[in-house]
Amino acid sequence: MNTFLIKKLAVSALFAGNIANTQAALNVGDPLPDLSSYKLEGSLPDSLKGKVVVLDFWASWCGPCAESFPVMDALQKKYQDQGLVILAVSVDEKAAKMDAFMKNHPVAFTVVRDAEHKLVATAEPETMPTSLLIDREGKVRYLHNGFHGSATQKEYVEQIESLLKATP
Amino acid sequence: MKLKSIFFAGLTGLMFTSGCANVKPWERGTLTDYTMRGDLSPIQAGQVQHIYFSREEATGGSGVGGGGCGCN
Repeated sequence: MNTFLIKKLAVSALFAGNIANTQAALNVGDPLPDLSSYKLEGSLPDSLKGKVVVLDFWASWCGPCAESFPVMDALQKKYQDQGLVILAVSVDEKAAKMDAFMKNHPVAFTVVRDAEHKLVATAEPETMPTSLLIDREGKVRYLHNGFHGSATQKEYVEQIESLLKATP
Repeated sequence: MKLKSIFFAGLTGLMFTSGCANVKPWERGTLTDYTMRGDLSPIQAGQVQHIYFSREEATGGSGVGGGGCGCN
């Protein structure tokens, strides 16, 4: 019995590190933390209160992120009058790489850089890109791991429209 | 005696695995850099393939593309 227990403990200890990383820290139902406390580079929108927010974690080295930018840009332009704010948070370690990416992918939505990786470490996204859809009350309602072309685009439209319809 | 050996086996295992680092999805910028590619130099890649083919009678299976982005 003891031997079995020790074996079990040893195996558990070996895999503990990996098990701890299987779930994002910022999940559906959680409130969006105060972004002004994370020392993000770039200017944040004046107020996110009462807005539907898409918080997108991306990087210049990530292919699907580049694919997602035109889609999110179109969404921003289409729904901004109804109260949509797209906030893209770059996790690039070098600002120059982000700037070069932005030159090739100009967008209408707000882009900031999490230079110290504080916000991204709080959110703990499982992959790049990861986007969180936040309702008008400031709660995370949907979570997207990765960007899968038209399938993700369709989900974005449905979910954003449903969140925009809800009154704060 | 048996318990002791299991304990030391577990301890050794822990020692080996404690050196592993979990690279978070947002920390893979350096791993995805062009210079991290295994086939960066076509001549060197050709030589390596030649060695595999002529000395180990193995060929192919080296065409996996992409870096360590781990995106999507």
